Amino acid sequence: MDRLLNVMTGFSVLLIGMVLLSVRRAHIRVEYSVSWLAAALVLLALSRWRALLDRIGSAMGINDAPLALLVVTGALFLLVLYRLSMMISSLKDANIALAQRLAILEFRLESHEEAKTPGN
Amino acid sequence: MSKLLILIPAFNEEGAIGGVVNEVRAVMPGIPVLVVDDCSVDATVHKARAAGAKVLSLPHHLGLGGAVQAGYRLAFELDYDYVIRVDGDGQHDPRDLPKMLEALEGKGEREKCEMVIGSRFVDGSGAHSGWLRAIGIVFFRAMLRPIIGRPVHDPTSGFVGVNRTALSLFSRSFPLEYPEIEALVVLQRKRFRFVEVPCRMRPRRTGRSTITPFRSLYYMVHVLLGVFVNVLKFEGRRK
Repeated sequence: MDRLLNVMTGFSVLLIGMVLLSVRRAHIRVEYSVSWLAAALVLLALSRWRALLDRIGSAMGINDAPLALLVVTGALFLLVLYRLSMMISSLKDANIALAQRLAILEFRLESHEEAKTPGN
Repeated sequence: MSKLLILIPAFNEEGAIGGVVNEVRAVMPGIPVLVVDDCSVDATVHKARAAGAKVLSLPHHLGLGGAVQAGYRLAFELDYDYVIRVDGDGQHDPRDLPKMLEALEGKGEREKCEMVIGSRFVDGSGAHSGWLRAIGIVFFRAMLRPIIGRPVHDPTSGFVGVNRTALSLFSRSFPLEYPEIEALVVLQRKRFRFVEVPCRMRPRRTGRSTITPFRSLYYMVHVLLGVFVNVLKFEGRRK
């Protein structure tokens, strides 16, 4: 089972590296990288700190440390996904408002130009 | 004199839009017709302009609610007093527009109201357009009755007129997907009044309905959730 913890450590390090690289290349904005980095750091800490993982596992009624880590991982990623859904919703609202505003401004500009055209 | 705008949301309706605009203009001469084009990939914009409508072109596809709200926003900014929405597929009969306007203006013995719904069923004569839609209408009628406190015969009708008070509300906040039923709940929670006016419904002129069993199920779940959220939102504010 320690092998699973090692795999989780490797996965956490990989995730941290990928997120940092994406931030550096401007593929992810810093504010959106925070939740992924936080989740990956918690996983890294838990996969290396066996005593803490055992304590969390027993608090959840799970005697198996790797299973406890998987449950924590699932919960963390659900939280990150929830936060992303909120961000997407907010961006979608802003996008709709912008699209409507752009269409209205274009319409009013066209109407204004039509009114200025001689013969109208 | 009151200003009226006829609003026609359209998405890929090149086969029907010209006829709809012509019919509306014949029934309501001198009344401006605004087609909100939801980023069609066919000749909808060209056909609508050729028929004499003004066109508000959205830069990308927003869905029915987003398109209708864009039209409401423009109408509010241009100081229209009334807006009546007609579907771009030709299912709504423009000959019913004058009585929709009379109801909005509260003419005759009618009580003034914020919204008018053109209903296929208010006088019991309307025919359902399909069994899936029929089930949906019966279901939503039963669900809305206790929330709204009165029967709504045709809750999914898109043939809707609003006055400036409702226009002000909807230009700021409007349900973006499947807006008809949620809009009713929002209106009721704001203590706005609505009336149903008997109207004729015709088969689509062109194209096919997008209603499938899966979409119907998604529609019902989506609308149920939307109604539930709206009820909670307003109940929360009252406390």
